[in-house]
Amino acid sequence: MRVKVLYFGVLKDYFGEGADVGLPEGATVAELLAQHEDRAQIAWKSIAVALNRDYSKLTDVLHEGDEVALLPPVSGGCYAHGESLAPLAKTSSKSLSGVGKNAD
Amino acid sequence: MRIELTREKIDAPGIVATMKAGEDGAVVVFDGIVRDNTRGRKTLFLDYEAYEEMALTQMRALADKAVADFGVRDVVVVHRLGKLEVGETSVLIVVASAHRAAAFDACRWLIDTLKKTVPIWKKEHFVDGAVWADGDPFPEEIVAGGAR
Repeated sequence: MRVKVLYFGVLKDYFGEGADVGLPEGATVAELLAQHEDRAQIAWKSIAVALNRDYSKLTDVLHEGDEVALLPPVSGGCYAHGESLAPLAKTSSKSLSGVGKNAD
Repeated sequence: MRIELTREKIDAPGIVATMKAGEDGAVVVFDGIVRDNTRGRKTLFLDYEAYEEMALTQMRALADKAVADFGVRDVVVVHRLGKLEVGETSVLIVVASAHRAAAFDACRWLIDTLKKTVPIWKKEHFVDGAVWADGDPFPEEIVAGGAR
């Protein structure tokens, strides 16, 4: 069978924008990834895979004509990795009740 | 609900103005802009690209979840693609709500989650070269983790 594979971010520098890839019937996402791993020196453990535009699992089985995308860690938004704010405090709006009521 | 990827400049004040309704007590805005340096290295411009169909689906899902989970009235999520100069808006999130606490929480959750899960990437162009930004690690439930 053949699947359409798309590459993004740094993966595009290695593999181009996309390719038609041949796989044995019943092949999984893991097998598709294995076909790629020797061909680029990147942190494969950090990669996510989308199957038909939704995040997939390594064990998902591929089918003829599927669209599979290999996604490096995403970097949308504005500031750099490592600069995210601290996690949201567990104390939510409830702990603030009584403070500045109706002051919205 | 307004969910968009655009190659045009984002008119932040104009979009915010459209979000104020009579029942709202608060509009919280996150206006993410391109900074002039990364770790001290001078930035010339940024180039954003996306897996567009999937990014829009993910952005819509986040907006739906923000409304459902935080009980806010309405949400805008707009992300720019292509070449951005220093000072321009790369992402705009606007949350309108009857109460400010829910609006702040939803806005903060939206930008934090977008940065980890929506398939958008940026290449940073400096005076002396260009690199793909490192990116935030994917959450555990998303990362494939390699075949080995």
